[in-house]
Amino acid sequence: MTRKQRRLVLIGGGLSVLAVSVALMLNAFRDSIVFFNSPSDVVERRIGPSTRIRLGGLVKDGSLVRGDNLAVRFEVTDGKTEIPVAYRGVLPDLFREGQGVVAEGVFDGAGVFDADTILAKHDETYMPKEVADALKKSGHWQDDYARRAAMPVGGASK
Amino acid sequence: MIPELGHYALMLALGLALIQGIMPIVGTRADDPVLMSMAAPVALAQFAFVATAFGALAVCYVISDFSVLNVYENSNSHMPFIYRLTSIWGNHEGSMMLWVSILTFFGALVAVFGTNLPTVLKANALAVQAWIAAAFHLFILTTSNPFARIADAPFEGRDLNPILQDPGLAFHPPMLYLGYVGFSISFSFAIAALLEGRIDAAWARWVRPWVLGAWMCLTLGIAGGSYWAYYELGWGGFWFWDPVENASLMPWLAGTALLHSAVVMEKRGALKVWTILLAILTFSLSLIGTFLVRSGVLTSVHAFATDPARGIFILGILAVFIGGALALYAWRAPLLKQGGLFAPISREGALVFNNLFLTSACATVIVGTLYPLALEALTGQKISVGPPFFDLTFGPLFIPLMVAMPFGPLLGWKRGDLVGAAQRLIAAALLAALAIAAAFALERGGPVLAPFGIGVAVFVMAGAVTDLVERTKILRLPLRVALRRAAGLPRSAWGTAAAHFGIGVTLIGIVSVTAWGGERIAEIKPGDSLEIARYRVTLDGVFDRAGPNYQDTVGRFTVHRINGGLVGNMEPTRRVFPARDMAVTEAALMTRGFSQLYVSIGDPNREGGLAVRLYFKPNVLMIWLGAGFMFAGGALSLSDRRLRVGAPRPARAKAMPQPAE
Repeated sequence: MTRKQRRLVLIGGGLSVLAVSVALMLNAFRDSIVFFNSPSDVVERRIGPSTRIRLGGLVKDGSLVRGDNLAVRFEVTDGKTEIPVAYRGVLPDLFREGQGVVAEGVFDGAGVFDADTILAKHDETYMPKEVADALKKSGHWQDDYARRAAMPVGGASK
Repeated sequence: MIPELGHYALMLALGLALIQGIMPIVGTRADDPVLMSMAAPVALAQFAFVATAFGALAVCYVISDFSVLNVYENSNSHMPFIYRLTSIWGNHEGSMMLWVSILTFFGALVAVFGTNLPTVLKANALAVQAWIAAAFHLFILTTSNPFARIADAPFEGRDLNPILQDPGLAFHPPMLYLGYVGFSISFSFAIAALLEGRIDAAWARWVRPWVLGAWMCLTLGIAGGSYWAYYELGWGGFWFWDPVENASLMPWLAGTALLHSAVVMEKRGALKVWTILLAILTFSLSLIGTFLVRSGVLTSVHAFATDPARGIFILGILAVFIGGALALYAWRAPLLKQGGLFAPISREGALVFNNLFLTSACATVIVGTLYPLALEALTGQKISVGPPFFDLTFGPLFIPLMVAMPFGPLLGWKRGDLVGAAQRLIAAALLAALAIAAAFALERGGPVLAPFGIGVAVFVMAGAVTDLVERTKILRLPLRVALRRAAGLPRSAWGTAAAHFGIGVTLIGIVSVTAWGGERIAEIKPGDSLEIARYRVTLDGVFDRAGPNYQDTVGRFTVHRINGGLVGNMEPTRRVFPARDMAVTEAALMTRGFSQLYVSIGDPNREGGLAVRLYFKPNVLMIWLGAGFMFAGGALSLSDRRLRVGAPRPARAKAMPQPAE
C-alpha cells in the first residue's frame, strides 16, 4: 500500500467510527431523554399518559398518605397546580412535606403520576435547582430558601 | 495567627507562580540559561508555600478553630480526628486548596526529577505549570478564601455533611485529584513542545510515566468513589451516569487513549500531532470536570456551593487555558514533523483503533453530560439524560474495543499478522464460548445478551493471559527456560496484561450485577423474613445506639441459607446527626465470595414495621477488584527500568564528546 492509501484507510476508518457514534447518539436522544416539568407545565403542555417525565415541585403539606407495603401517595405543588403522585418503595432520607422533590415516571390513565424514582436532593436549606427555578417562575419562591445553601444530598431510586 | 500565616503563604505562592510563569519563558526567548534554570527552584519554593498554607488550614481543622468560617461551617469538635482531617477537602474552599497543593506538588516533582530533561523543554513546561497554578491561586484568593475569619467565634461548628463522614472520603477526593491534576503535567509538556516547535520520541518517554501515574490515581479515585456511592447511598448502585461521575470518567477515557498513543509515539515516532492533541484534551476535560463539579451548575453531593462568581471565574480559567492551548495547537502543530509509517493491521493500527473508539466513547459521554446544560442555557428547557442514553451509546462503542483488545498486544509493530493473532487466540475464544454456555446454563432470567457480555469479559481476560503465554512460550519450552523468559520479560508487558485482565474482571462484575442482581423492597416486622437468591433474611429486632455525634437506629437481621445453615448477622442502621438535623442510611453488607448481600432500612413506623431494602449483588466485588488489577498493571509498568532511565540517554550522548577508539 502506498502512503496515500494507508492514510485514506486511517481517515476512512476514523470517519466511519465517528459516523457510527453520531448515529448512536441521535438514536439515543430520540428515545431516552426525560423532560423536567413543574405541575403547571404538565397542565399547560397537556402531557398525557405514557410520556416519561420528571415532575418537580414542593411536597404539599398534609398530603402524604402511607398505604400498605410501602405504597405512598402525596401531592406535588408549585403554588398554582397540584398533581397527585403515587410511589411504592422507600422514600429518600430527606423526603419531607413542604420541601422540594423531583419524581420521575409516567401518568396513568386517571391523571395520577406513577413515579418509579423519587429524588430529594436537598436538606433544610437547599432546593434542587430545577425546583427552585420552577418556583421562581410561578412566583412562589420565598427568600429563606435561598439562604446560603449547606450541602445537598444524593437521591434515592428504586 | 495561623490562618493569617496560611493566607499570606498563599499570596506569596501566587507571586512565585507569576515569576515561575514569566522568567523561564523570557529565558528561552533570550537564550539565557540563568533565567531558564530559575524555574526549578522557584517551583520548589512555590510548593513549599502552598504546602505551608495547606498545613495551616489543616492545623485549624485539627484544633477545631471555629473562628475560621470554613472550619465552623464544615467541622465539629465531636467528630473523630480522621474526619476533622478529611473535612478539609469536604467543602469547596478546602478542596480547591487540595487541588493547588497537588498541582504545585507535581510541579516540584518535575523540578526535582527532571534533571535529565532538555533545559528549554523543562523551563517551558514548568512555566506552563505555573500559569495554571497562578490562575487557581488567584481563584482561591479572590473567590474562595478558606482562611476567612468570623468576628465572634462560635463555640461549636456546624458539622461535616453526614454522608461525607465516611472513611471513603479520606481516600476518594485526594486520589481523584492526583489523577485530574496529574494530567496537567502532560498538558504542560505538550504546550512546551508546541512553544518550542519540536517534539521527538524522547518527549513521549518523558511524559508517559506522568500520564501513567495520573491514570492509575484516577482509576483508583473513580473506583473508590463508585464503591463509596454503592455502600453509602443506600440502594446499592455502583454507577449512576450522574454528570459528576461523568466528569471523572471523561478524563479517564481520554487519558487511557493518551496512554496508548504515547506508546506509539515512543516506540515508533508516529502519531505525534495526535498525542499532543490528546494531552491537551485530557487535561481540558479535567478542568471541565472541576468546573462542572465546583461551579454549582449541577445539583449533586459534590456541588458544595452555588456562588455564581466562582462559576464565572472557573469558566474564565477554562476559556483561557483550553482556548489558548487549542489555538496554539492549531498554529504550531503543522510545524511538527510526521513520524513513521505503518500498515493498518499492526500494533500501531490496533492502538489507533483503541484511540478511535475510546475518544468516540468519550465524546458520547461529553455530549450526554453537556447537552442538557447547553439546552437549558439556550432554550430554558430542562431535560435529564440518564442511564438509557449511555447504555445505548457508550455500550455499543465499548464492545468492539473489548473484542479487539486481546488482538492488539499479539500484533507486531509496523506490519502485523491478523490471522496468526487469531490462531493464537483460539484457546481464549473457546474459553469465552464455554463461559457463555455456562452462563446460559446456570443463570435464570436476565437479558439474553448478558451471557455474551460474560463471554466478552472472559475473552479479554483469557486474551491477556494468552499474551503472557505467547511471550514466555510456557507451553512449548521446558518450564525452567520459560520461567527464565518470564523473569526476563519487561515489566511493562506484565503491566499491560494485568491492566487488560482487570478490564475483563470489571466487566464480569458489571454484567453480573446488572443482569442477575436481585432486590426485595418491603415493610416487615420483627420475626418476618425475606428470601433472595439462596438466602433467607430475618428481622430479629430494632434497637437504638448512641455514637459520638449521631444517634443510630439499628435493625438486626440474621441470614440463613434457604436449605438451613446459619450464615451470619447484619446490622443496617439509620444514623441521625442532630447538628444538621439530617439522617443517613448506613447499609449492611455481607460478602459471599465475590458477591454481596446488601440491606438498608428506612424509619420504623408506628406499628413497629420497618421499611427494608434487600439486594443480592452477584460478583459485585469484581467491579472494584478489576480496578485494582488496572492499578497494579499501571504500577508494574511504571516500575519498568526502560521508562526510568531511557529518556536522558540520547540527549547526553549527543552532548558528550565521543572517546577516541
